[in-house]
Amino acid sequence: MAAVTDEPAIRRGPAPGRLGNSIFKGFSLGSGIVIVVLLGLVAGFLLYRSLPAILASREQLEGVGFMQGRDLLSYVLPLAFGTVLSSAIALIVAVPLSIGIALFISHYAPRRLAQGLGYLVDLLAAIPSVVFGLWGVAFLMPLVGPVFAWLSENMGWFPPFSDYQAPARNLATAGLVLAVMILPIITATIREVFLQTPTLHEEASLALGATRWEMIRQAVLPFGRSGIISAAMLGMGRALGETMAVLLVLSPGFVINFFVLQPGQHQSIAANIASQLPEASGLGVDVLIATGLFLFLLTFFVNLAARAIIARRAEFSGAN
Amino acid sequence: MSAVSTPPRPVRRTRRLPSFVPWAVLAGSVVVGVLLSLLSGELTPTGAILFGAVVYAIAITAISASVEGGRWARDRLATTLVTGAFLIATIPLISLVALVATRGSLRFGWRFLNDDMVGIFGAMTEGGVYHAIIGTVYVTGIAAIVAIPLGILTAVYLVEYAQPGPLKRAITVLVDVMTGIPSIVAGLFAYTVFVIFVGPQYKSALIGGVALALLMTPVVVRSVEEMLRLVPNELREAAYALGVPKWLTIVKVVLRTAIAGITTGIMISIARVIGETAPLLVTVGLVNNVNFDAFDGRIATLPVYVFRQYAQGGVSVDRAWAAALTLIIIVMLLNLVARLVSKFFSPKGVR
Amino acid sequence: MKLGRIRPFAAVAAMGALALTVAACGPQNADGGDTGGTTGGSDEPALSGSIAGSGASSVEAAQNGWLAGFAELQPGVNVSYDPTGSGTGREQFLNSTVVFAGSDAALDEEELTMATERCFGGEALELPLYISPIAVVYNLPDVDVENINLPAEVVAGMFAGTVTSWDDPAIAEANPDVELPAIDVIPVNRSDDSGTTENFTEYLSAVAPDVWTYGPIETWPIPGTQSGAQTSGLFDVVSGAEGAVGYIDASRAGELGTAAIGVGDDFVPFSPEAAAAIVDASPATEDATDLRLTIELERDTTEAGTYPIVLISYLIACSTYDNEEDAANVAAYLSYIASPEGQDRAADPEVAGSAPISDDLRTRVMAAIEQITVAG
Repeated sequence: MAAVTDEPAIRRGPAPGRLGNSIFKGFSLGSGIVIVVLLGLVAGFLLYRSLPAILASREQLEGVGFMQGRDLLSYVLPLAFGTVLSSAIALIVAVPLSIGIALFISHYAPRRLAQGLGYLVDLLAAIPSVVFGLWGVAFLMPLVGPVFAWLSENMGWFPPFSDYQAPARNLATAGLVLAVMILPIITATIREVFLQTPTLHEEASLALGATRWEMIRQAVLPFGRSGIISAAMLGMGRALGETMAVLLVLSPGFVINFFVLQPGQHQSIAANIASQLPEASGLGVDVLIATGLFLFLLTFFVNLAARAIIARRAEFSGAN
Repeated sequence: MSAVSTPPRPVRRTRRLPSFVPWAVLAGSVVVGVLLSLLSGELTPTGAILFGAVVYAIAITAISASVEGGRWARDRLATTLVTGAFLIATIPLISLVALVATRGSLRFGWRFLNDDMVGIFGAMTEGGVYHAIIGTVYVTGIAAIVAIPLGILTAVYLVEYAQPGPLKRAITVLVDVMTGIPSIVAGLFAYTVFVIFVGPQYKSALIGGVALALLMTPVVVRSVEEMLRLVPNELREAAYALGVPKWLTIVKVVLRTAIAGITTGIMISIARVIGETAPLLVTVGLVNNVNFDAFDGRIATLPVYVFRQYAQGGVSVDRAWAAALTLIIIVMLLNLVARLVSKFFSPKGVR
Repeated sequence: MKLGRIRPFAAVAAMGALALTVAACGPQNADGGDTGGTTGGSDEPALSGSIAGSGASSVEAAQNGWLAGFAELQPGVNVSYDPTGSGTGREQFLNSTVVFAGSDAALDEEELTMATERCFGGEALELPLYISPIAVVYNLPDVDVENINLPAEVVAGMFAGTVTSWDDPAIAEANPDVELPAIDVIPVNRSDDSGTTENFTEYLSAVAPDVWTYGPIETWPIPGTQSGAQTSGLFDVVSGAEGAVGYIDASRAGELGTAAIGVGDDFVPFSPEAAAAIVDASPATEDATDLRLTIELERDTTEAGTYPIVLISYLIACSTYDNEEDAANVAAYLSYIASPEGQDRAADPEVAGSAPISDDLRTRVMAAIEQITVAG
């Protein structure tokens, strides 16, 4: 009543940007939902195409040449083992190295040099996997051959190092190629996080008389922990699904053991699909897609576990 | 940053090593490394460097421990290890680039870039990648058009809008899972979708683009999300306090602050998909001629070209290396442009 | 969303700029195609349109040669061949993705019934138009004899793991004049399923069933072996290890030593003629027809001058297509491949080094191709 005539000092009406807000929020939410739906479609499709293989009888599966009389589970398990083992080797090698490289770029190298080095690492993330495979064959294999031979000769009592056979087309080499492949991705992510460490924390630490290493342990590493885990996950995601490099470097086999220096023992799921799919037909395609589904589930649970680790620690975020 | 990276002189006086000592130890270690390599058999550069590095790490730590005390010794050891990690990483990187550059330069050149593979057979050394470059640009372009907006918007939703709850958790977890999709499965998915909705005869760059978009989106989400989280809350609060609507705050303040990191993330995601071979192998195949229609017909792409030429053996292997070199150069150019854009748009004084 | 939009735009702009730079110059051989047209007074009608094929990668090199040769003959027809592998090729043929396929194996019964449906009530054509010897290659840099002689049982023994050293008495006996090194035999196989493996193991189980007990098989049955993906992968592994022995498409043997294989009392090195000889000496399969010219290779032959380890790749097409264009183009392309010019082009060692088909086989192939019609 009175308000109609008495214009208040504060402007009335809708809050500014309400329309923009709801449109923008709608788009964001929509994108998130699209991703969920997309993933559901992929999972659904994989399951749909795998069903014939999962439901097939033993006799039917014996008709699939490359399974060599195995049933589905005993076909998938060695493959899954090889996939995980190669990724594990890759992570064990790549993560500590990446942390070192990221620290070097963010806190050790002179500022002018650091930008160039960061650029270099980014470039390496761009090298196609098939080229990494060629490199593994042409450069890495001859390089690590003598090292493996020495290990096998002098430390052969340790089962994983026993009975090396040249050329070095074994899981250890494949793991090393994978490590090099995921190095740039892990490093780039960790480096970005390290560079975001609040300068105040670092200066406070140094002001208390800490050495550079103590400052890193007190300020940089705790701040970057979730970034490191997230980077390792990114790397693992790439290593688990990596196809061409493993295909070119490894002499495959279907055994579950830790003899990583012997050829013809292990194979990864992705490389196996790429290698068998062109000649597969009918039920064989379904079997390979079933192994793809298994890989999908594997990454699902690996990521779930990694998330649980992150969730247990308080997340470092400016936005929470 | 440079002011921070050299620790100020501590107040309490400790005896420090003169700055020439590490260099002297390094020189000594190289000599010992060469000797040890000789003793262990034959002298190899790998052996000498390996032994020398180990000797240096032990020596500098021991000397520092005896003169400066344990804390500074640990600091020196850490410096040695961090620098060592970087040097180790440069070995594969440099060798790879050198290998691709030397093997690739055999065929690489203006003609190679401007020729397709029509009429090339047997031991002919002509032929090039013109058609494959067009294909790669098309396929990656389609993937980027789909994945980048989708990825950034999803990341914005996760960081800025989502309340803790099942939907947020689901999206976060599913994005993580999506990073693990094997590339070949993404290819099969795209292939089947088009078989069902368009028909088995249909093959085009579009299918490959969809497969790559599936691989690219989660990488964009993850890296953008990580960067948005690092934007301090104070900035958002300051914007709200000035009466800026939330969506404008996000666009003008949050995204703007994080733009350098977002650019890096998107660069990595493009890099991740531009070299993907397996999904393109099953979706777009390979042809010898140029195809300018992104929505109809098979199309050649650089990664598939590399793989098939390598698999053919013989003189084709040289073409494979040259095509790999082409691919890397294209990525370098893309990176350069992205860097410039990031530098141009990044607000001044953020770092 | 202003900033969000900048990124894709920048990326697209960068790519666009790149495409423009390259497009500005264009392919230099683009205008070379229509000038070099008709050769040698071919009075066939000029055809147009495009046909797509896919399948066995073993014929990729030969197909590239044929594509180039056919383009001179019929510049209006755009033929493509996608080396996806035999299985995928057959599948794509049966679901109408492609109009012809290349396959290292003949269609099986189930596929034949599907083929009738795909071919609009017609039948599938299976034409053995690519015959290629498979070489047994070895890496012994210190042995400078042209071919090492290997009896069939020894080849089987090497790959089955019973012959483990190069100075094995069985090898020495076949090579009295060669000083054999006392190094381990490293058998190398294909890690992917391939027609080469299937043909090779078919040979092993035919000639030495007691030694090679695994039968003819597409997937390598022995665990713990060195192996390489694709032809070039296998070549790399054999080249990289002294003492390695492998089997490879003969045209890709390159610098590696190749074995002369024991046939009867003789040792025969691979050659196109010897490979063609075994095909002519072999009968047709039981279910072969006038359209499906499938061959039952007689691997254990003792006939002199034959090389028993060969791979036959069939070109698969329909006897009936639903449109004039496909029918005419496929018939023209297959006729060209079967013609002496087509076969000679593939036989060129710089192209694929295959064995040209005999005139008798060509007559039957041409008769089959003439059956290609349009569904009416």
